[in-house]
Amino acid sequence: MASNGIKDKVAIISIGCTPFKEHWDKSADDLLIDATTQTLESVELTSDDIDAYWVGTAQSGMSGLTLSVPMKLQGKPVTRVENYCATGSEALRQACYAVASGAYDTAMAVGVEKVKDSGYQGLNAFPIPTAGTNRTLTAAAMYSLVLPAYAKKYGIDEDELRMVVAKIAEKNHYNGARNELAQFRREISAEEICNMAAIAGRLSVFDCAGVADGAAAVIVVPAEKAYDYTDKPLFVKALSFVAGNGSGLIDPDYDYTTFPECEAAAVDAYQQAGIDNPQDCIAMAEVHDCFTPTELILMEDLGFSRRGEGWEDVLSGKFSLTGDLPVNTDGGLKSFGHPVGASGIRMHYECWLQLRGEAPENRKIPDTDKNLGLVHNLGGYPGEMVSFVSILGTEVG
Amino acid sequence: MRGIIKSSAYLPYYRLNRTEITEFFGNGRASGARSVAAHDEDTVTMGFEAARVIVSSDSKMEPEALWFTTSEPPYLEKTNANVIHSALQLSNTTSAYDFNGALKSGVGALKTALNSNQTVLLVQADIRGGLPSSADESQGGDAAVAFLIGDGNDEQLIATYLGGSSVTLEFIDRWRNPAEKVVKQWESRFVEDTYSSLIKEAWNEALNNASLNESDLNVIIYAGQNERVKRQAPKVISVEQYHDTVPMDVGNPGAAEAGLLLISAIENANVGEKIALCSFNDGIELLIFEVTGHQKALNSIKDQIENRSEVSYSKFLQWREMLTVQPPNRPSPSRISASASKRESDWKHGFVASRGDQSGLIHMPPSRLSIKEEDTSDGMVTESMASSIGTVATFTVDHLVYSKNPPVVFAVVDFDGGGRIPIEITDVAKNEVKIGMRVEPTFRKLFTADGIHNYFWKVRPLRSVGV
Repeated sequence: MASNGIKDKVAIISIGCTPFKEHWDKSADDLLIDATTQTLESVELTSDDIDAYWVGTAQSGMSGLTLSVPMKLQGKPVTRVENYCATGSEALRQACYAVASGAYDTAMAVGVEKVKDSGYQGLNAFPIPTAGTNRTLTAAAMYSLVLPAYAKKYGIDEDELRMVVAKIAEKNHYNGARNELAQFRREISAEEICNMAAIAGRLSVFDCAGVADGAAAVIVVPAEKAYDYTDKPLFVKALSFVAGNGSGLIDPDYDYTTFPECEAAAVDAYQQAGIDNPQDCIAMAEVHDCFTPTELILMEDLGFSRRGEGWEDVLSGKFSLTGDLPVNTDGGLKSFGHPVGASGIRMHYECWLQLRGEAPENRKIPDTDKNLGLVHNLGGYPGEMVSFVSILGTEVG
Repeated sequence: MRGIIKSSAYLPYYRLNRTEITEFFGNGRASGARSVAAHDEDTVTMGFEAARVIVSSDSKMEPEALWFTTSEPPYLEKTNANVIHSALQLSNTTSAYDFNGALKSGVGALKTALNSNQTVLLVQADIRGGLPSSADESQGGDAAVAFLIGDGNDEQLIATYLGGSSVTLEFIDRWRNPAEKVVKQWESRFVEDTYSSLIKEAWNEALNNASLNESDLNVIIYAGQNERVKRQAPKVISVEQYHDTVPMDVGNPGAAEAGLLLISAIENANVGEKIALCSFNDGIELLIFEVTGHQKALNSIKDQIENRSEVSYSKFLQWREMLTVQPPNRPSPSRISASASKRESDWKHGFVASRGDQSGLIHMPPSRLSIKEEDTSDGMVTESMASSIGTVATFTVDHLVYSKNPPVVFAVVDFDGGGRIPIEITDVAKNEVKIGMRVEPTFRKLFTADGIHNYFWKVRPLRSVGV
């Protein structure tokens, strides 16, 4: 089995992102046009200059027509992509491979989700006809299983661990409060979160990602042509993806303290990028904080913390804006909400801003010689998930 | 000889104290409790729970027919007995029929099975209610019974059928049209007089049919909806009346009443005693049995009466759809697919998983391919999990998910013989669940959409005795 990767073969030359919020006055078409227009205009391109498109959406449209019709594209190949909550990242991954193959010189990946037209709270999956035997509990409840398992395995008091994950929410909301694109822009303390009513296990509503509409777009070109468009491209160092086989749901050995799909995707990405110790070279990371326990586990699965020590690193502030390895500097899913198709590209947008030194002063990461950013995006549940990891860098080599 | 080979009763876990009703309305007096089917139970699932005890107690037992009786069938036109048949994993050459609607159908099916020459698995269940504050609501009860009826000698039969009688008379006593939820009834004095005039004739005919004298009988059970009639009958029949705690502790479970009282009487009788069952439902049905064989009670009624949890009147009204509450702002479930359900029937109805032929790893739901490399490709073998006991590995309480009885308690369950599944725990209070709790599978109705009932399995705390 080989995972050769496409290190330094493809570069990102532009990314755009709409505000993520309850866009009562905008359709999915509007959001797509806003994101793609912003992304094209910043490098003075038109939609006709793009050779091929990938549009990621979980439930806001089907087929490439989701993009080609509103954008009035003429004779372009457009592919609709869906891969659970990693849909946006998957669209980018496909666009990168298309450019790396030499098939196209410019490709755009755009992710969109119009969630708030359903009239219901939360994310609700499109109903596939079934025998009615599938598990029905919510994602929040599935992820809430992590806390008692982690506490037991590492001998941590459950109340203390509950505070640890509330600190993750506090950190992400602190960052999000400094981001004008974020849906929730209010700081909240871990103590306030701990005092809220539980909705699933010990998780409160502020341990969960919000729900929002939004879109984001990215243009990729062959690395050698990147400087034709921008002085500060980002080079794709690694793209990995793992779809699990569901073993965690049936195997009694699975203990809900790790997400094997995420760990495997990280190992693959580090190998593609030639990274031995991620903590030495990664300047910042955007990870899939759909629920606060998710981010805790990811710190260990991504190799940012040793096993059983992620909770201590959270408390030490290692992942805060000024820490050694800032995580979710834009506020994460916690502050942005989660328009499923768009979130993955939104994460890359934050890497784009931070690695290029363009993030606002009040949430800029410390200036170091580290020049890599990591994006982690997952979909599914503990025991049964898909996981994406990308690594981006400012330099070739 | 012909008679009852095995019997089993099922009482749902919940009880409504009758004083809850009188206190709510601020008038009346009441005592005792009625049994209450949980929000995820119906007459099919309760019937299955009674029948599974009989089937699982003897792996070689294969009835020739399954007859299901209730006054509250989940489906009309469609055969409800087929769901129970499938859940029991009976052979498809075993016939399955419904005898539904009238309360008399319960005792009628029993007598018909006794008079037939087949080995018949009788399943009878009812969910009883009425308008709030009505006697039907207070005095009704929810329960299921199952009997295996067939041929055998004194050792093989727990009770031998000696004979009986029927008196059929058309008159208007109680009635309910198909679309109606509650029963109406004529003045009970008229009903009492009508029955009273028939009792002597029916009793003499039953004794004659069984070749017995009245003094040969040890006890008689009276079943029926009209309490006045039950009080009149002992004035005509000089046999000691069997005084059961079932009416006080369970209530009257309609079409399953006669069966429940009969099982209770047999459980408390000695070998050689003769029991008469007298049912007043649109006429009189009399059946006389002799207790002939010892049978350790399968999940006895006494144990189940003690194994209970109280439910509030407001919850009871919600479960009965007498009180409509604000649903969560989530999409209601979609109807299940008929073709997918047929393909997955062994899993959906029978809780039959698959197991790796080399690794032994159990896959729930069953899958064609194993997650273990050593297993033969497409070589999984079937593994029934319906009688497995498991342990809660971890759990969570979900306040968000759609449910008729939020919050939902979900557990990751590891079964003793292997196999893990994340699954809902039912018949449990959320603060009662603990890691390490012992649980067993139970067949329930998850939801109904477009009129299709979605039956599948949950687990419940292991409380049953003698199973």
